[in-house]
Amino acid sequence: MRSHRDFARGFRESLAGGPAPQNATAQDPAEIERRFDVYRNNVAHGLTQALARHFPAIERLLGADCFRGLARAYIAEHPPRTPVLTEWGGAFPAYLADEPSLQSLSYLPDVARIEWARSRAYHAADSEPIAPERLQETATRAGTDLCLDLHPSVQVLQLLTPAGSIWASQQPGGPAPPRAKEWRPETLLIARRGISHVITSVVRSSTGRFVSALRAGDTVARARDRAGADFDLNAALLLLVENALIVGAGIETGDES
Amino acid sequence: MTLPRKAGLGFKPEHFPAITETKPDLGFFEIHAENYMGAGGMPHAMLERLRADYALSVHGVGLSIGGPDPLDRDHLARLKLLCDRYDPESFSEHLAWASHGGVWMHDLLPLPYTAETLSLICDHVDEVQEHLGRRMLLENPATYVLFDDSDIPETEFLTEISQRTGCGLLLDVNNVFVSCVNHRQDPRAYLEAFPLNRVGEIHLAGHEEEELPSGPLLIDSHGREVAEPVWALYAEIVSKTGPLPSLIEWDNDVPDFATLMAEAKRASMILSGDHHALTS
Repeated sequence: MRSHRDFARGFRESLAGGPAPQNATAQDPAEIERRFDVYRNNVAHGLTQALARHFPAIERLLGADCFRGLARAYIAEHPPRTPVLTEWGGAFPAYLADEPSLQSLSYLPDVARIEWARSRAYHAADSEPIAPERLQETATRAGTDLCLDLHPSVQVLQLLTPAGSIWASQQPGGPAPPRAKEWRPETLLIARRGISHVITSVVRSSTGRFVSALRAGDTVARARDRAGADFDLNAALLLLVENALIVGAGIETGDES
Repeated sequence: MTLPRKAGLGFKPEHFPAITETKPDLGFFEIHAENYMGAGGMPHAMLERLRADYALSVHGVGLSIGGPDPLDRDHLARLKLLCDRYDPESFSEHLAWASHGGVWMHDLLPLPYTAETLSLICDHVDEVQEHLGRRMLLENPATYVLFDDSDIPETEFLTEISQRTGCGLLLDVNNVFVSCVNHRQDPRAYLEAFPLNRVGEIHLAGHEEEELPSGPLLIDSHGREVAEPVWALYAEIVSKTGPLPSLIEWDNDVPDFATLMAEAKRASMILSGDHHALTS
């Protein structure tokens, strides 16, 4: 007798394009393949839709048919290894970057990186912003040893394409996409303000380096040094405060030689 | 702690404003567990608010209780976290499998009903109930093929699982209708054999219809109104069991909230024994 394990393995092969399972039956055996197609379609359609929920701008940019074809290939190569679909799709940007037929669309993987980061931000843990007076008080005591804790949703993307502007152009009522002469690398700050509002801001690359350094645990002073030229500390801090992204402040202790 | 014996709705985030503004008279809301396993943000904010006002049913789709692999420990732990946080009146899962070898198909897949699968599923249900520290409900599936090595009728299979593990059953009336039509069986005979005394919740949903040479193939789409024959079966069940928690599921092509409420009202009328609900 075949074991249940053999049955499941065979069933998966049938879903992936093989003939229906040997033990599948129906009143009219000639209909088995048509009937089994319901499962094939449910799996392919369900996962394609899940991917489209993460990457709506990619679907718009490519068109529904092209997106569906890529999604099916991605599903075959990177099937979900989790029962939680909001966590599946993280390899899609790299998959797009490696796809030979998309090599002329260098911005596409970057737009996908933005959409994935937005998904992460949407589901990130909650954290209340620090009270302004506490931040002020800690900053005064800390001097150059001030450390800031950022909201768990904060992500910085340093991209070689103007994917942030392209992403924005795909949103309802968004601006026109950038023209060829406006083609330049973009740095994005993606985070969630409060419970529901995911921000996708094009920032200076120095601001991106500053936020990344804070994220990595650097003091404000060191992060400012890492930011490099063209950095405006006040503007960067204002951006973080206005979006409620500073959730804690501390004073660095110990030797950091 | 059990669900109120009233009509409930599957919660859709796009209806959140309508729900909080109108506070509709509903027995409960149901959510898919896997949609609330992120760390924070809007999903949990909405669920907390919903939970404060309504009874809650957590309905899992990812445990793969009918699969050959051991239950995923991480997933069980996340389910426990969710159940402990929101303390739902009910937790339910499916007589189906969804994963194999660490890959999730994200569909509710069918299985042969044999002594081997019966014992496997009973072990899995025991494990879930023990891990969550609560009794669960197991739902009958909608199926499109049968298996020639199945040697236990589905109703007997579910009865046996329920008796061995103590779990309750979730009777999806649309699934009964879909499966019976698809396999050219009589849904009333199926319900005659179904252990109605173990039912803790009812599901109602819409289906699509295709034509095969041998007759119709119904597909459990959750994308439209509950079909008339399903309402009729539901009324017959309720006339035997008395009121039961009854959920309207509408997961695809989700309509506005008023349309869902109209379906819930129809279920409420049947629950209160108003038979005009069947001729509307």
